[in-house]
Amino acid sequence: MLPGMLAAAHTLTSPSTSLTTLRVVAGRTPAAGVRELTLAAPDGGRLPDWTPGSHLDVLLPGDVTRQYSLCGDRWDPLTYTVAVLREPAGRGGSAYVHDSLSVGDLVGVGGPRNNFPLVPAARYVFVAGGIGITPLLPMISHAELLGTPWTLWYGGRTRASMAYLDRLERYGDRVRIRPQDEYGLLDLEAALAGAAAGTKVYCCGPGPLLDAIEEAGAGLPPGSLRTERFVPKEQGPPVRSTAFDVELRRSGLTVTVPPQRSVLEAMAAAGVPVLSSCRQGTCGTCETPVLGGVPDHRDSLLSEAERAASSSMFVCVSRSCTDRLVLDA
Amino acid sequence: MLTIDADPFGPEILEDPLPFQAALRDAGPVVYLEQYGVYGLGRYAEVHAALTDWQHFQSAAGVGLSNFRVEKPWRPPSLLLEADPPHHDAPRHVLEPILTPRALRALRPRWLAAAEQLVEEVVGGRGELDLVSAIAQTFPLRVFPDAVGLPDEGRENLLPYGDHAFNAFGPPNDLVAKGLPRIGALSAWVASVCARDALAPDGFGAQIWAAADRGDITAEQAPLIVRSLLTAGVDTTVHGLAAALYGFATHPGEWDRFRASPGLARIAFDEAVRWESPVQTFFRTATADVRIGDTVVPEGHKILMFLGAANRDPRRWADPDRFDLTRDPSAHVGFGMGIHQCVGQHVARLEAEAVLTALAARVERIELTGPPERHHNNTLRAFRSLPARLTPAR
Repeated sequence: MLPGMLAAAHTLTSPSTSLTTLRVVAGRTPAAGVRELTLAAPDGGRLPDWTPGSHLDVLLPGDVTRQYSLCGDRWDPLTYTVAVLREPAGRGGSAYVHDSLSVGDLVGVGGPRNNFPLVPAARYVFVAGGIGITPLLPMISHAELLGTPWTLWYGGRTRASMAYLDRLERYGDRVRIRPQDEYGLLDLEAALAGAAAGTKVYCCGPGPLLDAIEEAGAGLPPGSLRTERFVPKEQGPPVRSTAFDVELRRSGLTVTVPPQRSVLEAMAAAGVPVLSSCRQGTCGTCETPVLGGVPDHRDSLLSEAERAASSSMFVCVSRSCTDRLVLDA
Repeated sequence: MLTIDADPFGPEILEDPLPFQAALRDAGPVVYLEQYGVYGLGRYAEVHAALTDWQHFQSAAGVGLSNFRVEKPWRPPSLLLEADPPHHDAPRHVLEPILTPRALRALRPRWLAAAEQLVEEVVGGRGELDLVSAIAQTFPLRVFPDAVGLPDEGRENLLPYGDHAFNAFGPPNDLVAKGLPRIGALSAWVASVCARDALAPDGFGAQIWAAADRGDITAEQAPLIVRSLLTAGVDTTVHGLAAALYGFATHPGEWDRFRASPGLARIAFDEAVRWESPVQTFFRTATADVRIGDTVVPEGHKILMFLGAANRDPRRWADPDRFDLTRDPSAHVGFGMGIHQCVGQHVARLEAEAVLTALAARVERIELTGPPERHHNNTLRAFRSLPARLTPAR
């Protein structure tokens, strides 16, 4: 065996032992207002596996957690790639990623987790609004591997603000680039027009786009339209404006939750902490089994059927319709 | 790299694989198994790395000796065990939440009661019994088929079907030949009970079909995912339970320790899985030239991972041959590791916890009354019988 051949062969890599802290190993700007970060384990080991649609929880200063979709190549076990849009109206997370995080810095992470998995289909329609392209990029490469036909409708403010146009070029007319300043809002009727039986529609982007596609796709067979919201779903006011009691059966405690307080906060104050992350009902970390009472579900995760079954709730945002809730905690 | 000409699937090594496994580990990080033309890994570090590195050690070419790139599988390949990303993703994503500890919570009181009843029956007898047939086989067969939602009729087919499926990962030797006459009928029964209409409305099987209704998997995938539960969920648990009972029968001090702290049930079961490794081996296939130590395993070649050898590797485990409840067995590879790690491990743990907890409450001593008899299988480390006496607690 020639030494050169040895060098060319893949070498076994041990899994990383550091899964909660990653190092920024590269940063670049794939579009105006978008910063792409490449993260790796400080010890250079393998990172946990992920599937298209997965996101990483990134812990930022000031106890702020943000979810960013993994948009790199899962065949590379050593790095994660995320792309972050600067949001002037945001709560400071994106500004920190843009202005302060540098190559070499360490950043706390959780996950990856997948609330937006790619399911089998006869064909896919992908609809991206702006930075919502990120979870769809790995889905597109998987659709290619699976040999499943697909189309991407990709909207954004301007061409210069839309990331990864270069990566999409090779797919030709299967990719419909639709900057708003040239085309106006995405034509969802046209995007969904080809959605025959067996088509799965994946959409990620700002809230108004998701609301619009839910309306435009209302006639699709159940389970055909799959969306991911990283901004919390608009909720009406809570069902009740008064306090309620929560019995924590395993702990043998009952706590009262006043209107201004979350169930999660009330539990923590009673010495029953629940692991949480986004505290917005979008990430799914704080899911807690419900043993009694009727929750007022205010998360962006549960389906209608799951809300009706109410076997669990996300205590960071969800409340109670009844005077009393019983939780397995 | 050392070449080994012993047959790891021959009757001598299946009867007692430990001396062979020690030689395998000492021969180096990778060996060449002459008889089958495959590479072998016996040390923990390399087995663990190969299990997690699905990018370079693929499963879709079969996790047995047979190479699906060039040979026709004996049955339609498993959508979980014998699949790679991206095809592996959706079936795994559907099955995993059905079998999480949270999802199994509803079964817990039922299984604890079933275990208490079984222990009552066996202790109420003469106290002398075969631990394999009376407990290790009986308990999983009482609770698991119900949890899946199988019809009552034909459940006796489950153990022989699983036994053949696990033999079929090995070479086409006598063990495979003895299963061939019946496998057509067994497979037909298994296929018939994986159909939607055959399954009770509230079991794991129905939940898999519900995922097909939601469009998370296809209607063609659903019965094959149910089949995975039936293939991989019975024999393995039986042999894992038998391993735990054998461990306690031969280590009375550990039984006393467990009875004093029944909360150790899950640790005890995982320690038994490490110690006996009911699943001994699986193959992978190199998707590129892969360097292991000074050796390059060429693309397309099969690699045999000895999980049992890794679980007793003294480079990883102190005093590895001891069944020891004070040990932390975490990260053993008895359930595999990585994206293919046993999706039913929480089911097995719950079954074992129920049986061991019920036994601890009623039985003071477990003693062997005769020599244990091994059952040979190309993949599984198993007992045919474990004659024993149970002394009731006073």
